[in-house]
Amino acid sequence: MAEATTNLRTHAAKRLAPEDARNAAREVRARRLRAFLFVAPLLVFVMFAFVAPIASMLFRSAYNPTVANLVPASLVAIADWDGEGRPSDDVLGQFAIDLKRLANDRTSGQLAEEINRFLPGTSSVVKSTARTLRRVDDGTLAQTGPALLLDANDAWAEPGIWRALQEAGKVYTTSYYLTALDLEMTRDGSIQQRDTQIYLKLYGKTLWMALIITVLTLILGYPLAFHMAQSSTSRANFLMVFVLLPFWTSLLVRTTSWIALLQTNGVVNSTLIALGLTQDPFELLYTQFSTIIAMTHILLPFMVLPLYSVMRGIDPSYMRAAMSMGSRPIPAFLKIYLPMSLPGLSAGALLVFIISVGYYITPALVGGTDGQMISNIIAFHMQQSNNWELAAALGSLLLFLIIALYWLYDRFIGAGNIKLG
Amino acid sequence: MRGFPEYFTIWHIAGHYALRGIAYLVLAFLIVPILVIIPLSLNAEPFFTFTKGMLALDPDAYSLRWYQAILTDQKWTLAIWNSFVIGIAAAILATVLGTIAAVGLASPWMPFKRVITALLLSPMIVPLIIIAAGMFFFYTTFGLVGTYPGLIIAHAALGVPFVIITVTATLTGFDQTLFSAGLSLGASPVKAFWDIVIPLIRPGVISGGLFAFVTSFDEVVLVLFLAGPEQRTIPRQMFSGLREQINPTILAVATLLVILSVALLVTLEFLRRRSERLRGSM
Repeated sequence: MAEATTNLRTHAAKRLAPEDARNAAREVRARRLRAFLFVAPLLVFVMFAFVAPIASMLFRSAYNPTVANLVPASLVAIADWDGEGRPSDDVLGQFAIDLKRLANDRTSGQLAEEINRFLPGTSSVVKSTARTLRRVDDGTLAQTGPALLLDANDAWAEPGIWRALQEAGKVYTTSYYLTALDLEMTRDGSIQQRDTQIYLKLYGKTLWMALIITVLTLILGYPLAFHMAQSSTSRANFLMVFVLLPFWTSLLVRTTSWIALLQTNGVVNSTLIALGLTQDPFELLYTQFSTIIAMTHILLPFMVLPLYSVMRGIDPSYMRAAMSMGSRPIPAFLKIYLPMSLPGLSAGALLVFIISVGYYITPALVGGTDGQMISNIIAFHMQQSNNWELAAALGSLLLFLIIALYWLYDRFIGAGNIKLG
Repeated sequence: MRGFPEYFTIWHIAGHYALRGIAYLVLAFLIVPILVIIPLSLNAEPFFTFTKGMLALDPDAYSLRWYQAILTDQKWTLAIWNSFVIGIAAAILATVLGTIAAVGLASPWMPFKRVITALLLSPMIVPLIIIAAGMFFFYTTFGLVGTYPGLIIAHAALGVPFVIITVTATLTGFDQTLFSAGLSLGASPVKAFWDIVIPLIRPGVISGGLFAFVTSFDEVVLVLFLAGPEQRTIPRQMFSGLREQINPTILAVATLLVILSVALLVTLEFLRRRSERLRGSM
C-alpha cells in the first residue's frame, strides 16, 4: 500500500503537469478513504464491543474510587495526619459522622470490605462500630464523636486502621498490582515480598502446566502429522476427519467425555478393574493430571493442523535422496526433515501454549483444587470474593504475558499465517 | 507406500509400521473420548458409566429416556433456543461487518493495514476470561449485562476474526479490477459490491459465518459472566450440570452436539471444495 502511494506520487511529480498531479493525489486520497470506509463500521464495532472493555479493565486495575466516594470528608481531614499515633480528634469526629451516614445508607459494609483488604481482620471493627453509631443522634455525635468511636472499639486508637483507610482512599493505586505479584508496600515506602506467595506461584504453575501440555501435544501430534503427510492425499483427507471432528466438537462435550472417562467409577477405572490391573479405583478426576490430559486432548488439533500443513509442503524426495545416498533414517530425519518442519512445529507449539495459558473452562470443571490455573483465580475474584480490582490487575498481567507471547509468534512466524480447517 | 525402496533395511520397514501404529494410537486418543459418550447417553440408569446390562448388550439396559428428558425440561429447551438465537444473530452481525471490512482490508490502498488487521484479529488471541472481565465492567455501564443484545454483541466480537480470515483468504484470488469495472460501467458501489464481489467470495463468507456461529454456539465463559438466567445457552447449561448434578441428560445433549459438528464438518468440506473449484476456474 505504502509503496503504491509513493510510486504514484513520485510518478506524478516527475512526469505530470501540476494540475494532473493534483488530480492524481486526489484520486489516491479518494481510494484510501474508500478502502477505509469499508473497514470503518467494523472498526467502530470492535472498538466498542471489545477494545473499550479491555481498556476499562486495564483502567480499573489501577483505579478504585469506592472509598473516596464513600468518605470524602474524612479523607480530606486525614490528609494532614503524619501516620504516627492516633489522628487528631477532628479526623475522628469527621469519620464518626461519615460512618453513621454510611450505616444509615447501608453502605458501611462496602467500606468495611475495602479497608479489610489493606488490614485483614478490620472488617468486623468497622461493621460493629457502624452499628453502634447508627443509634446515636446527630447532636451527640457532633460533640462526642471521637470518644464514641474510641469506646466502640480499641482499634480506633491504633494507627494501623487509619493507615489502611488512607491506603484504601487512594483513587489511583498500584496496590492491586503489588498484591497480584505477591508484593507489599512497607511503611517507609519500599517494596518487599509477602510472606505467603500465592499468585506468583500460580502464574508459575500455569506456565508449567501450559508447557507440559505443549510438549505432550507435540509428542502426540508430530508422528500423526508426519504419518498423514506421508500418506496419499485421499487417505490423508480421510485421516483428517479424525482430527477435525474433535476440533469442531464443543469444548464442553469434550470435557464431559473426560469426566465420564476419568471419574472414580468411570470407564477407565471400570476397565482397569475388569482387567484385574487394580482392585481399588484411582482418583483420576479433579486433579492436575485430569486437567492436563483433557487439555492435551482438546488442544491437540491446534498442533496437528499447522504441523500437517507445513509437512505436506515438504518434498519427500529430500529424505529419499539422503537415504538413497546411505544416510540412516534418524540422522536424515534430524538433519533434513525436522528443520524443514520447524515453522509448523513452532507455530503449533506457540498456539497451544498461548491458548492453554489463558484456559478457564476445563480446569474449572475437571481440575479440582490442584489443577486450577490463573484464569480460575481471576474468575474467583470476579464472582466470589468480589475483589474486581485485583481480578483486573491479575487479568492485566495475564494480558501482558499473552501479548508478549503473541509478539514472539508474530515476529518469528507471522500472524498472517494462521490457517483454519 | 507399498513396495519399499531397495535400500530400505528391515529396520526401516519396522520403523515405518511403528510410526503408523503410533499415528493410529494418537487418532484413537483423539476420537475415542468423543465416541464413548454416544453409547453412554443411551444408558437406562442414571449413571455416567457402562452398566453390566449395557456390556452384555441387553436391550433393556438401553433407553432414550435422557433424550426425552431434554425435550421435557424447560431449562434445556430454553437453552437450545437461546443458543440458536444468540449464535445466529451474532454470526449475522459478525459476517456482515467482517465481510465488508475484509474487502476494504484487501484493497492495496488501505491505510494502517497492519495495525488495523492486528486489532481486528485480537479477540482470537486474548484469553476469554480477560475478555469476560473487561466486558462485564464495561457492559454494566450500558445496561447490557443480562440482556440478549449484550451477549450477541460480545459473541459477534469473538466471531469477527474468523470472518476476516476466511473472507480474506477467498479475496486473495479476487481481481479488484472487477469491482472498479462495475463502478465504471455505472453501478453504484453498493450494487457493484452485491452483484460482483459477493457472488465471487460467497464460499468464504459462508464458512466465515459458520465459524462465527460455532464460536458463539460453543462459547461459555462470556455467557457465565454476561448472561442472566433468561439467556442461558446449551454450553452454560452443561457447565452448571457438570458442576451441580451430573446426569446422563448432559451426555444426550453432548451426543446431539457431536452430530451437529459432523454436519458442520461436512458442510465446510463441501464449501472448501467449491471454493477451490471456483478459484481454479478463474
